[in-house]
Amino acid sequence: MNFPILSTIIFLPLLGSLFIFISNKKNENSSAIYISIFTSMANLLLIFFLWYSFDKSFAGFQFIEEKNWISGLIKFKIGIDGISILFIVLTAFITPICIISCIISVKKRLNEFLIAILILETFMIGVFCSLDLIIFYLFFEAGLIPMFLIIGIWGGHRKIYSAYKFFLFTLLGSVLMLAAIIFIYWAVGTTDYTEIYKLKIAKEYQYLLWLAFFSSFAVKTPMWPVHTWLPDAHVEAPTAGSVILAAILLKMAGYGFLRFSLGMFPIASEFFTPLVFALSIIAIIYTSLVALMQDDMKKLIAYSSVAHMGFVTLGIFTFNKQGIEGSMFQMISHGIISAALFLCVGVLYDRTGSRMIKSFGGVVNYLPNFSLIFIIFVLGALGLPGTTGFIGEFLILLGAFKINYLVAILASTGVVLCAAYMLWMAKRVVFGNANNAVVTKLKDINFLEATILIVLCLVSIIFGFYPEPLLNTMDISVNGIIQNHQNELTVNLINK
Amino acid sequence: MENINLIIPEITLFLGICLALMVGVFFKNSFSIVMKLSILILLGVIYLVLTDWGGEQKIFLDSFKNDKFSDYFKILILVSSIFIFVSADQFIKDKKLNKFEYPIIIMFSILGMFFMLSANDLILFYLGLELQSLALYVLASIDRDNIISSEAGIKYFVLSALSSGLLLYGCSLLYGFTGSTNFDEIGVSLITQNTGAIFAMVFILVGLAFKVSAVPFHMWTPDVYQGAPTSITNFFAVVPKAVGLAIIIRFMDLPFKNIIGEWQTIIIFISIASMILGSVAAIGQKNIKRLLAYSSISHMGYALAGVATGTVSGYTSTIIYITIYIIMNMGTFACIYLMKTDGKYSEKIEDLSGLSKERPMLAFSFLILFFSLAGIPPLGGFFAKFFVFMSVIESEMYALAIIGLLTTVISAFYYLKVIKIIYFDNNKVKFDDDRNLSIKATIFLSCLFLSLYFISPSIIGSLLNELFI
Repeated sequence: MNFPILSTIIFLPLLGSLFIFISNKKNENSSAIYISIFTSMANLLLIFFLWYSFDKSFAGFQFIEEKNWISGLIKFKIGIDGISILFIVLTAFITPICIISCIISVKKRLNEFLIAILILETFMIGVFCSLDLIIFYLFFEAGLIPMFLIIGIWGGHRKIYSAYKFFLFTLLGSVLMLAAIIFIYWAVGTTDYTEIYKLKIAKEYQYLLWLAFFSSFAVKTPMWPVHTWLPDAHVEAPTAGSVILAAILLKMAGYGFLRFSLGMFPIASEFFTPLVFALSIIAIIYTSLVALMQDDMKKLIAYSSVAHMGFVTLGIFTFNKQGIEGSMFQMISHGIISAALFLCVGVLYDRTGSRMIKSFGGVVNYLPNFSLIFIIFVLGALGLPGTTGFIGEFLILLGAFKINYLVAILASTGVVLCAAYMLWMAKRVVFGNANNAVVTKLKDINFLEATILIVLCLVSIIFGFYPEPLLNTMDISVNGIIQNHQNELTVNLINK
Repeated sequence: MENINLIIPEITLFLGICLALMVGVFFKNSFSIVMKLSILILLGVIYLVLTDWGGEQKIFLDSFKNDKFSDYFKILILVSSIFIFVSADQFIKDKKLNKFEYPIIIMFSILGMFFMLSANDLILFYLGLELQSLALYVLASIDRDNIISSEAGIKYFVLSALSSGLLLYGCSLLYGFTGSTNFDEIGVSLITQNTGAIFAMVFILVGLAFKVSAVPFHMWTPDVYQGAPTSITNFFAVVPKAVGLAIIIRFMDLPFKNIIGEWQTIIIFISIASMILGSVAAIGQKNIKRLLAYSSISHMGYALAGVATGTVSGYTSTIIYITIYIIMNMGTFACIYLMKTDGKYSEKIEDLSGLSKERPMLAFSFLILFFSLAGIPPLGGFFAKFFVFMSVIESEMYALAIIGLLTTVISAFYYLKVIKIIYFDNNKVKFDDDRNLSIKATIFLSCLFLSLYFISPSIIGSLLNELFI
């Protein structure tokens, strides 16, 4: 097919944001709302079409587009495989939900918010499409600008501190990755991922390069001990910002580990596995314990994100099919469920101006529909069978048991702890008596809120019972990654 | 008979200056007519430089050399000077600096720079340098009734004269130890064992480092940036810096090409020191011109990192860097011209607070410019840094690359601070609604270039590819 569908889906949101920018008028945002919804929905449809026409039995990259970019140095190369397509679908699916949620809750400067979200969508889809390391870095970093503005302009009262922390932490991690990418260019002669995959990077370079990439992805994931920016950013960001952050931006790091760390540095990945396992286990147990003690619902969900991403990194570095597919599934599931949880907190916050657990209680008596959905997502987050959360965690633990009992058992405690903090929060917020007179006067969710939450709920349950479409899509690509990894290790052993 | 055609742009510029001077003297209130005439002259000179854009040619006993390298920088300084003239017009009138000497002095300094760029001989080079410096001394203190401006002028004069003296001493040493003032001949006869000439190299490097305000010769920059009127600061930030870098590249590439091991260490040190000091010292600044002064110091550090490689790709990356740096600074200063309340110009960063509500377009321009200065992709400033680090890592200078990349994080902090003030804080000062088209055009062009540069990042590079052949 000659039609450049990937470029279209990358740059369509940018085009939409340009239209909003042009039609921008003060105190007039209906056109911006229509344009943004239209663009994001059109993009979603295009991406569904892409998913439909995607060849699931082909291991390599598809829909490849190549164009001379920096003459003689770097090509603009994009393409997708079974792993990236799922993230693209996730991005395109979450973006309209974010847009609708900010139409509901953002009161000031809505136009700019919509512009920022659409630009962010371009960068996020770009990250998952790029097959050249420089292009990847470009999109990866560019996302910082809109996110910085989203946290800073529409955030809560400590927004400035959080926006700085978010920006500088991520930038610090990424500049080392940039150095590594440039080094790869001179060591291998190209930054084209598919070429590097074939040419292989010499073993002695792999360790330092892996660490440089790790520094970037670990901050973004975020892994313990560089996770501290996430609770701040989540708490202060507006609802839609938190949703994008949790659902997609964190996934860029998981995707990066899977695609680049494993694909390019198999020997170093094997070597550093104990490090990743240790950090993941600490993240799972420590942040779960921290989450237990939170008073702020958003902070609690943020810490639970760190724990869930701990599962993801654990699964990726098991290097077996169950572990990696579980990680992929966990990322998508976390993308849906944490997004929904943030939206639920947003619903309460819009009504009361508070996110504190203690200012609620007995919500079920006054917002029954909301409470039902909220409880479904809480159960999803703790991995109840029948939701996507279960399948991800189950597969990861399965993969972990295959290689290391101790790690698997320690990680399993995380599941219990997750149930503890999630259910305890749900108990204090939803059930019991109302601690606050404000709660008694609340109105239940309106049509728009209900729509987006129910859509998320359905997706979570459908894929929870029938994960086949997702697993099927990623299967061949995941096999390819594992195969490559094992080949490399064997070659390495023979050389020894 | 010498081929006089080579020097026609310089001759035209000189005659043009004389004409403008005459017009200025014999007409009353002649500022605007001299200004228009100057722009015309500069445009004419651009045309002349472009017409004999071509291969390398030397005249006057090989002391004057015209090549693509010098032509490129000549075009660069002419175009940026025209933009400065156009965008600062309103500012000059408001500040009552509209004396006809102003464009004429700037043109004299440009003439000096032309000779510096084309010099292939120490003597011609030094004459050009002095012509440029003298004009710059006057420019720094052109607002002569203002005590800060006069102080800036004196400071610049004393320090610059000292550095010129050191440079001249270096030139004389170089002549003494190599027996020639011609760059090519020095390049041939200069060898590592020639310790005296290495002394000379250090002195010359000190003088040049002063001109580009690299640490540890940066002391004048913040004061002069703050003291001089903004339009002059704009000129100082852009044109002499570009020329200074060009001259450093010239010296390293021609006379000193055999002693690369000696000067490389010095430039690496200067580069790292500038990057670190420029980013750390800017954090506490409250005046936007002072902030830009420190920012320019750190930018010079990055640009010198490209020079430090001593390779053609390194020099090319430096030239790309300085080109994008010029474009960013033109835009930023044009934005500063718009910081005006009730006809009074403001320089305090906090006056920008909440700008995004009152003047969304101006705020958005600041956003693009400052993220670009910080080097965040996909804006132009990122590619400037990218090419520099590309060549630095190619030369396997990993420590320089990693320190440089880490300082970009530090410097991102203070650029973010300005953006924070513009976007996150509440409105305090209301700027006048300016309908000045030329300033807006400058900002627009600069922002457009920076935000669309990612479409074809090799555009400057491919232009430069031929320069060193």
